[in-house]
Amino acid sequence: MSSPEWNNPVVKWVDDRLPVFSLMHHSTAGYPTPRNLSYWWNFGSLALTVLIVMVVTGIFLVMSYTPHVDMAFDSVERIMRDVNYGWLIRYIHMNGASMFFIVVYIHIFRGLYYGSYKGPREILWILGVVILLLMMGTAFMGYVLPWGQMSLWGATVITNLFSAFPIVGDFIVTLLWGGFSVDNPTLNRFFSLHYLLPFVLFAVVGLHLWALHAVKSNNPLGVEMKQPEDSIPFHPYFTIKDLFGMGLFFMFFLFFVFWAPNFFGEPDNYIPANPMVTPPHIVPEWYFLPFYAILRAITFDIFIIPAKLGGVLAMFASIILLMVLPWLDRSKVKSCKFRPVYKWFFWILFLDCIFLGYLGKKPAEGSYIIMAQLATLYYFAHFLVILPLMSKIEKVVDLPESISAAVLKKSEDA
Amino acid sequence: MRKLFIAAVAALTLSASAAQAAGGAYVPELKDVNWSFEGFFGQYDQKQLRRGFQIYNEVCSACHSLRLVAYRNLSALGFTEDEIKEIAAEKSIRLPHGDAGALLNDDGEFFTREAKPSDKFVSPFPNDAAAIDANGALPPDLSLVAKSRLGGPEYLYSFLMGYMDEVPEEVAHQKGFILNEDKSFNIYFPGYYTSMPPQMMDELVEYEDGTEATAVQHAEDIVAFLNWAAEPELDERKSLGLKVMLFLLVLTAMLYALKRKIWADVKH
Ligand code: HEC
Ligand code: HEM
Repeated sequence: MSSPEWNNPVVKWVDDRLPVFSLMHHSTAGYPTPRNLSYWWNFGSLALTVLIVMVVTGIFLVMSYTPHVDMAFDSVERIMRDVNYGWLIRYIHMNGASMFFIVVYIHIFRGLYYGSYKGPREILWILGVVILLLMMGTAFMGYVLPWGQMSLWGATVITNLFSAFPIVGDFIVTLLWGGFSVDNPTLNRFFSLHYLLPFVLFAVVGLHLWALHAVKSNNPLGVEMKQPEDSIPFHPYFTIKDLFGMGLFFMFFLFFVFWAPNFFGEPDNYIPANPMVTPPHIVPEWYFLPFYAILRAITFDIFIIPAKLGGVLAMFASIILLMVLPWLDRSKVKSCKFRPVYKWFFWILFLDCIFLGYLGKKPAEGSYIIMAQLATLYYFAHFLVILPLMSKIEKVVDLPESISAAVLKKSEDA
Repeated sequence: MRKLFIAAVAALTLSASAAQAAGGAYVPELKDVNWSFEGFFGQYDQKQLRRGFQIYNEVCSACHSLRLVAYRNLSALGFTEDEIKEIAAEKSIRLPHGDAGALLNDDGEFFTREAKPSDKFVSPFPNDAAAIDANGALPPDLSLVAKSRLGGPEYLYSFLMGYMDEVPEEVAHQKGFILNEDKSFNIYFPGYYTSMPPQMMDELVEYEDGTEATAVQHAEDIVAFLNWAAEPELDERKSLGLKVMLFLLVLTAMLYALKRKIWADVKH
């Protein structure tokens, strides 16, 4: 795919020296995309959209926010009450975090279903997991900033986890806190990092897209593009499809902003932080709940690993595990469309994750603990036992010859 | 579709709160009130907010602060500038010292000045310790209670109307339940006993607009006012929301038409 000849002399002059126009051409009209992508392929561009929305609203929030324990809560309320359209900016940012996770979780499950993590997309996938980790760090620190009860106590519980690590644990916790409890220095450093990480995210998303453009998109059939008829240019076909998806998505997003702005939030965070009063239930934001359930499921020592450390390790492992997924799943077939057995395990894993989320919200007592232990066990078994086993024993359905062959057949049948 | 969605969201919230309540002690379902500010088109009823303000001003403000609301904000309830000046001037703000730098005046009292419209609502107690000392527990600031309690306005209404002379069976039979003569029994309050005496009774205040002064009326009015204190932007939020949605609906429909057109001759 060569660059077009630029007719406009100014464009040509610039492009010869800095090929921005060629770059734009390569990633739009000159970028081949599988013709059969479904709407599940809209979620990557949606994630990028939310990231931009978060950065823009965040920058405006910072203009009126004060990162000090005595002033943070009131400065946020000032944004809500006295800053022009401050309530709108804050509610977009607040709900945007939830939207980001909804979109990215769908994006990830899309990848799991269609085997998008398999070669040649391993690095693309791993960068995705890095993005997920960065998002989690950013969201966690952002939640601390309004300095409500849940900000303080959520931060206390989560930072305390690091004390589970032997030898270095206490050192790490003191470093995170900048003192001996979650206090003003903690708020200051979290604020600083919360501003920094989204830009790191931008950089990693850039790599993610670079990798994508090198290996091109997977598609619902999981069969790579082989011939020109398999693809259509990204522009105009997917620019318009992504724009339409964005219209739908913004309606969903803004419904919450305008009519249920605190739907995803915890009421307790509207009480100013108070180190003397512990709230009855400390729960993380909904998007952390499955991991929180895994953390609390480990209530027993594993050999020399004490329960608390075990929980922390299990929680981190549940995410890091995704990075080695391309090497756990050895099946030659990517898409679940052609994996009659594994397809069902995919859906069981999906339900398992929802169930873990439900358990994360429940108090860690009685039968909830046992259920969380079983659900955690299943989560790990899926990746470490079922998936490798499936790659060996599953009888897959015959793959179509090519994307275009399958598309033509479908339209003839119709 | 939209109805379906709202129903789904409502069902989720309800089941979530029911499940949470079911976790421990017996708590009856929250009383349901039809607020004017509910739903897609719901807005505050300005007259009701004024009645609610009257109750706050004459009753609750004896114990509770409302520190995030300023007197100037009362213009949203339809008070004129002069009226707001008068309302503010009834309160006095303690000064750290007088003009000459003395801490106390000739009568041995703190220097004070009249509150101005730009001031936040003046708190009844100088600090938390004094408030606890006078009331047996801290009367929480009311600026955000409508948002900081699960159930929001429904909870506030239920709490205000939840006082009972007799402890109901379901509670009395619970393990570990102990009668407490010093406090008031309230079926909705976590732990049942609250240091706040019951407030809602007929003719608590005499409404300036002539509305009949029943306990139920009072409770609805004060809660509407507290919801306004917590979400003063609600009216503007919803009306802007409707315009934005309408715009998005048209835009998305056009994008869809365009998508159909562009993809018309592509088999996929
Ligand atoms: C005599 C003082 C007093 C008056 C008057 C008073 N309260 Fe209270 N209120 C309290 C105290 C004390 C508490 C704390 C109760 C506790 O912690 O046991 C409280 C608590 C509350 C709570 C919090 C309940 C919860 O779930 O934590 C609300 C809401 C409330 N009051 C509303 C009102 C309203 C509305 C009025 C006016 C109609 C009012 N109060 C009048 C003393 C008062
Ligand atoms: C800030 C968050 C993210 C952004 C902005 C983003 C952006 C994108 C975009 C624009 C695409 C191409 C469109 C598409 O296929 O949907 C894409 C593809 C992809 N992303 Fe992401 N992504 C993010 C997070 C993640 C995460 C967390 C993962 C996995 C853990 C991931 C894995 C993938 C994979 C595997 C593809 C290729 C999919 C395919 O071709 O089938 N991404 N991403």
